[in-house]
Amino acid sequence: MRRRLAVLAVAFAAALLGSVPRASAQDWFTTGTGLGVTKVRLAVPETAVRSAPAQPFQKTFHDVLWSDLEYSGILDMVSESFYPLSAPSQPSELNAQQWSAQPCNAYMVAYGNLSVNGTSLSLAGYLSDVHSQTASTALQKIYNDAVSDEGARTLAHEFADDIISTISGGQRGIAQTKLVYVSAHNGDKEIWEMDYDGANQHQLTHLRTISLTPRWSPDGSRIAFTCYVPYRGAPSAQICIYSTVSNRMIAFPHFPGTNATPAWSPNGTQIAFMSSRSGGTELYLANADGTHMQQITYAAGVNTSPVFNPKTGQQIVFVSDRVGDPILYMSNADGSNLQKIDLPDMGYVVDPAWSPNGQLLAFSWRRPTGNYDIYVMDIASHQLVELTKDEGRNERPSWAPDGRHLAFESTRTGTNEIWSMLADGSQPRELTFHGENESPNWSPTD
Amino acid sequence: MQLRSVSKSVLAVSLFALAAVVGGCKKQVAATTPAPTPAPAAAPTVTLNATPASIQSGQTSTLAWSSTNATDLDIEPGVGKVSPQGSTPVTPNQSTTYTITATGSGGSTTATAEVNVSAPAAAAAPAATPNLSDLFAQNIKDAFFDFDKAELRQDARDALTKDAEFLRSYPQARISIEGHCDERGSTEYNLGLGQRRAEAAKNFLISLGISGDRMTTVSWGKERAFCSEHTEECWSQNRRAHLVLVQGGGSGE
Repeated sequence: MRRRLAVLAVAFAAALLGSVPRASAQDWFTTGTGLGVTKVRLAVPETAVRSAPAQPFQKTFHDVLWSDLEYSGILDMVSESFYPLSAPSQPSELNAQQWSAQPCNAYMVAYGNLSVNGTSLSLAGYLSDVHSQTASTALQKIYNDAVSDEGARTLAHEFADDIISTISGGQRGIAQTKLVYVSAHNGDKEIWEMDYDGANQHQLTHLRTISLTPRWSPDGSRIAFTCYVPYRGAPSAQICIYSTVSNRMIAFPHFPGTNATPAWSPNGTQIAFMSSRSGGTELYLANADGTHMQQITYAAGVNTSPVFNPKTGQQIVFVSDRVGDPILYMSNADGSNLQKIDLPDMGYVVDPAWSPNGQLLAFSWRRPTGNYDIYVMDIASHQLVELTKDEGRNERPSWAPDGRHLAFESTRTGTNEIWSMLADGSQPRELTFHGENESPNWSPTD
Repeated sequence: MQLRSVSKSVLAVSLFALAAVVGGCKKQVAATTPAPTPAPAAAPTVTLNATPASIQSGQTSTLAWSSTNATDLDIEPGVGKVSPQGSTPVTPNQSTTYTITATGSGGSTTATAEVNVSAPAAAAAPAATPNLSDLFAQNIKDAFFDFDKAELRQDARDALTKDAEFLRSYPQARISIEGHCDERGSTEYNLGLGQRRAEAAKNFLISLGISGDRMTTVSWGKERAFCSEHTEECWSQNRRAHLVLVQGGGSGE
């Protein structure tokens, strides 16, 4: 590891001469995110409608399906203007040659039909490989949900995830994932939840104080966050845990002072967090019920924002200002084997987020000449990509479970909002619009 | 199928048996002496007296009480939970009616006692003695910090030195030291930085002889700014350790 750092130092000296590359087709980035490989060219004609009651839901279904697939990062969506005049509603109607020929030039076609059967909105969905002579059907499945716009959205998300999973060799899509975040939309900063595309925004907590830094447990059943509650008659910041199963708070012990920024170990049995219980602002590791608390940093100054390596659970990255400005450190989960993460410039480095496959770190960096921007670093080589630039403050990155997307907060429209983007910085999408939204955290897929 | 119909008839039989038992029980109650339910608990009684009943502002009256059949006694305002009998001094600064509430398994009852407070005889005294919160607000000064720093500047030390004098004069005062940061830092890091500022102020007060037991700390990060302009003048107001008087008792959680 030490030798690797020495090699990196040389790399940094070289990097100092030029600026950090903005977008990237670099190998490490492709390996880390799965982005930058050749995209599969996919045609998605409007779904046929088999029964009149299904007609009102066709547009919602198609729009949501298209949006999910376009945003997957692995598909090249063929413009509808190149499609043959008639679209198939089932495999027997598919003329593979028409779809694979110029100008459509599709590699695969996703299609099907919608109908209403009793109380269900039903989709027969198909994905066919049209580039080979024997157009094989890679996916065929019946989906059912409520006869409503919401039901149509769910059908589209499920079909999209199955298409993405089929095309990317089994890696699950994120169309059914959610984000938790902090919003003061109703006055106080509370924990809110929304679908990954910004739909269904709703408030989870009603604590009427200030709630911050929500983090999903790896099984999605709990959300740990920073809350404010009285301790010995005076205000204090504590770790709160909300159950998404019972929609209630789960007890977690209280300690004096400021306790904040919880992070789950990947097996969900431990929580790392900042606590001032002993006077300093140090990191502690405890069981998920708050027992067996052990101190893992011993350094003057602030130690905060821990995050586990989600792949191994064996390392953490955190923020410390022990030598001046806040910067990132990596250590074993018990605090041993501490190393500073050097970057090729000065500045203020915060909000680390570890990619699901353990290879990349996203963080927010305010360099001496700029504002807060989101960067992604390859942990093995310390190579960097800058994902945002010259568009207000961009902070608090959170990885999607597919490792191909990031959520973050940005002031680029003048108000603080939640955004998402592909992990190469492309396709930024604004998800909230009314201001005072921050600290997104992406749910697991389950 | 057969099994299901069997269990259904068993259920019907047991329901019938249950109905019979319930009906029988009713008859039994009507025909015999009441069932041996526990004897009703005796109702609690309580008395409360204030001696003397009239005092001058700043003087003390003594509340004395006794009770029977009560497990839980509470005197308001300001005294709280008390034992079944006893006495306590009170120093109200205006006429006050004290109410004791006695609760036992037999119910609850109350008694009251009034303490009349007149202005002090000494003509030199001010019209009203300022209370602790007013004095705190007039005398206590916050400590201010440089950007991204938690070290105490000289002006912060001077302010806290005066605060320590006040806290020595009013040993009953408990304080919450609340760390704040300006908006330029990040939310999560500022939670830590604000705590460091609060701790720095607390440790300085401890070095001046103020007991750490009288002080709690918390960081508000950049969540509760004093000033909302995006200017250095405003930011400098938001980088502070803010001293707050903790009202009420210091009972632990």
